[in-house]
Order: sequence, then structure tokens, then C-alpha cells
Amino acid sequence: MNQILNWIAAHQEMAYIVILMIFVGIEIIGKVPSVLHTPLMSGANAIHGVVIIGAIIVMGQAEEGNIVALVLGFLAVILGTLNVVGGFVVTDRMLEMFKKKK
Amino acid sequence: MELNLLVFCYLLGSVTFIVGLKMLSNPVSARNGNLVAAAGMFVAILGTIFLYEDEGKKLGNYGWIFSALVIGTVIGTLMAKRVKMTAMPEMVSLFNGMGGACAALISVIEFRHLMHGYDPATYASNGYSFFSSLDGTTMLIIFLGLIIGSVSFSGSMIAWGKLNGKIKDFAFKGQHIINLVILLLNVAIAAFIIIARPEETPLFFYAIILLSILYGVFFVLPIGGADMPVVISLLNSFTGVAAACGGFLYDNKVMLTGGILVGAAGTLLTMLMCKAMNRSLSNVLIGSFGGGNAAAGGAGPQGGTYKEISLSDAAVVMSYANKVMIVPGYGLAVAQAQHICHELEKTLEAKGVEVKYAIHPVAGRMPGHMNVLLAEADVSYEKLLEMELANEEFKSTDVVLILGANDVVNPAAKSDPSSPIYGMPILEVEQAKHVIVNKRSMKPGYAGIENQLFFQPKTSMLFGDAKKALQDLLAEVRSI
Repeated sequence: MNQILNWIAAHQEMAYIVILMIFVGIEIIGKVPSVLHTPLMSGANAIHGVVIIGAIIVMGQAEEGNIVALVLGFLAVILGTLNVVGGFVVTDRMLEMFKKKK
Repeated sequence: MELNLLVFCYLLGSVTFIVGLKMLSNPVSARNGNLVAAAGMFVAILGTIFLYEDEGKKLGNYGWIFSALVIGTVIGTLMAKRVKMTAMPEMVSLFNGMGGACAALISVIEFRHLMHGYDPATYASNGYSFFSSLDGTTMLIIFLGLIIGSVSFSGSMIAWGKLNGKIKDFAFKGQHIINLVILLLNVAIAAFIIIARPEETPLFFYAIILLSILYGVFFVLPIGGADMPVVISLLNSFTGVAAACGGFLYDNKVMLTGGILVGAAGTLLTMLMCKAMNRSLSNVLIGSFGGGNAAAGGAGPQGGTYKEISLSDAAVVMSYANKVMIVPGYGLAVAQAQHICHELEKTLEAKGVEVKYAIHPVAGRMPGHMNVLLAEADVSYEKLLEMELANEEFKSTDVVLILGANDVVNPAAKSDPSSPIYGMPILEVEQAKHVIVNKRSMKPGYAGIENQLFFQPKTSMLFGDAKKALQDLLAEVRSI
């Protein structure tokens, strides 16, 4: 029990962010019309591409001689970039077709 | 100063993600919302590259980082620009898989990093266990990111393959039990490593990767193509959680915010999508395993005779109707017939016929698929009727023209409890006076079941590719 409390106390900032973000995430898309389901999914897909930041950090911290880490990090950054760039461009292309209501 | 600037960049990124997602859920602001989120992402990435430091040390390997960024940007942009509108869903799935793989790779690298000072000989000589000195929280987060990321990666790849037709549905008896076993085994191994810290930790670690990838494959394989959007949306929220694990690992707020935000919003979106199909998530995920038997039952009362209609007859019927309702489906998307369809609509309107479109929420391969396609062809927004509205208007409709839609107009969903699509809301086209169905052949639709609508007396078939058939039909209508 004490351990769990300690753990929460040590990570309280994170715990707050997680809980608040769960509510925010649910709240902001609660009323989305079904027409926008696909673009919204695609947009959310691009946003979780934020994982690329982790990949960049890993890549930037790899030691010069550590080929395995360099190659894996390199691959991770490419994959992350694909997720971010591809995600935003595809979403934009989808939404381009929703012209303004006349 | 620089570190504080980075904190500000991340704060800005987090806010743009929330605002962007909010704007994306409204048709008017959606496009700008996407750009807002993209701008925030750009700032967060640049900030990380130039401002990040850990214990006073800046990031290195700029050459590697920038070449990877350039390669990813070029390939990503080309793929996203070149993909046809019909293949959008696959593309989203593919990019989602990339994100999952990225999250899994980060876990692998971090694990190798943890293992860095590991030397089995030291353990043997003085009884000091290297593994028990590792931080439990870090290991938990690494495993979580690894498992979720890998499942999301392999699952998305399968979904991608299924949507573009490379992978067929595949299910065997007891598959859900095997799936459950794999999942439990995976969790058990991870828990065992974290609690017991055995000397074989690295071995178990790689076993977890394999099991997770396997689980992703088995998880998606048996699910029918029509349910793929729901699965992709679910995997999308998985990747969000995997990204958030990275945020935990590096104490990085923007990754945590973005990841959890997508995880929560994605889960809700998945449920909304299920609701649009009047099914529960568990029904989509588990129901598929019984799909084989149910489909056999539903296909029972098949056969009967159908009648064909000639192009000129179809043209006459439509030209002299008061109201024509067009029901687009995947066939229209495949044939890229949306422009010619709009032409037909304008020509008929010029003849004084009222033309509208009845849009089923899950017509095509993704919710909203048809709206996107028709909007591309400049069909005005007010002409697109959502299902409830359309169902009211069918009573006063003279001719319904179905373009490559099948399951969404199958009356079995209302009348046949043994049908696998029973309970799904459909477009009640039989209420109209006349139904013309354009299909390439009598082959069943995605759910693989017969459609009694085609054998009804008021229905007539117009076979052929949607684009070709519409071109010919348009020529006939013009000549009247």
C-alpha cells in the first residue's frame, strides 16, 4: 500500500496529466458528426506521431560507435516522420474536399 | 533559458493538439484544425532537435537525425499525395502502423540502453544481480510501450493488407482462445520479468516482441473488411497510448499529452463508429469469430430471379421521375465515378427532376467516405441526406439509383435475425417506387451475404462498372 502511495506521489504530475487528458480527449470529440469520423481519425493518427520526439531524443543520445543504436534510432525517426508527415498530409487532402457550405 | 524555451515549445505543442483536435470535430474548422496541430508538432520537433538537453548534454548525431527526417518527409508526402481517395483508409492504417513501430523501437533501444552495463560474469562472481538494480517503473513503461506499439504495428499492417485486398479473412476454430492465451502469456512474462528479475531478462524481452506481433496479427485477421475502420480507429488509440509511454520514459509532457489525448479521443471515436453501425465494440471484435456460421445461415434463402434493365429504359424512368435518390457505395469509389455521377445529377436537375443522395454512415470502407468523394466532385452539401432523413424521403421517391452499394441496403438487416448484419440500420430503399441497382455482377457485397433486394419485383439490375454505366446512362438521358 505504502509503495503504491509513494509511487503516485513520485509521479503525481504525470498522473494529473493522464487523467485530465483522458477527460479532455473524450470531451472535445463528443459531438463529432459521422461525416467527420474518418478525417478525425486521420488527424488523431497524425497527432500520435508525436512519438517521433522520443525517437529524436534516442537518436541524438546514441553514442558514436554504437552502430545498433544508431541504426535502430535512425529507423525509428524515419517511421515517426512517416507517421507525422503522412498523417497530416492525408488528413489535409481529405478535408480539402469538404468545401465550405454554400 | 534554452530549456525554458523548450518547455514553452512543448506547452505550445500540447495546446495546439487539443485545439486542433477540437477544430477537427467541426466541419467548418476541420481543415484549419489539422494545420494548427501540424504547426504545433513542427515547433515541438524543432524545439527537441535544437534545445533538448539531458544533464547538460545536447543531442548529437544531427547528420543522422536530419537525413532520417528528410527521408521520412519525402516518402510520407509522396505516399500521402499519390494515394487515391479510395485508398485513404489503408493509408491511415499504414501510417498508424509506422507510429506503432516507432514506439516499439524506442522501447527496444531504451531496453538495450538499460542493459548497457550488464555483464553476466559479475553476477556469477559476487552474487550481485544486475537486473534487480533496475528501476521497476522504467521497465514497466518500456514493456508497455513495446507491447502496445508492436500490437498496433502488426495489427495495422494486417488491416492495411486486408483493405487493399492482399490479405483475406482468416479464422479458425478456437482462435479467440489462442488469442487470449497469447495475450495472457505476454502479460505474464512482462509481470514475471518486472517482479522476479530473472537472469534471462533479455531473452524474455525479445520473446515479448514476437508474441506481441503475433497477437496483433491474430487479433485483426478474423475481423471482416467492413469492420476494418473500427479496428483501425482502435489501433490508432493504442498507438496513442504507446506514444504516451514514451512521454513517461523521457518525462516529456508533449508526448504524454498528445498520446493520452489520442488514446482517449480514439477510444471514444471507435465507440462512436460502432454506434453508427448499431453494433457494440465487443460484437465487432469477438462477433467476427462466429461470422462463418452466421453467414451460412443468412445466405439460406438465396437465389430467385432478378431482372435487368436496359440503359435506355433506365434513362427514361429517371428522366420522367419527380424525385431520384442516389445511393452511393464502395462501387462508386472504386470506379472513381463521383464526377460523372455529379454530371448525371446536373443533367437530371436541368430536366426538372429533384436529385438527392442518401448517405449511409458506413457506406464505402470508412465512415464519411462517400461525403469525401462526392464533395470532391463538387456535389453540394445540402444534397447529401443522412440516413434518418433519407429514410423518410424514400416514401416519396420515384427512382432509387444504387451505385455499388450492397450491405447498407440489404433488407435482411431488418427482417432476418440469422443474418450477420441483422440489427444494422439500413437505407430502406424498398419504400421507393422503383429501384435500379448498378453492380458489376451478382456477387455478394463485403459481408459476403445475398441481398434479397435484388430479387424483388420493383428492383432491376444495371450491370457494369459504375463509371462506364453512368457515362452510358448520361448519354442516354441527354438524348431524350
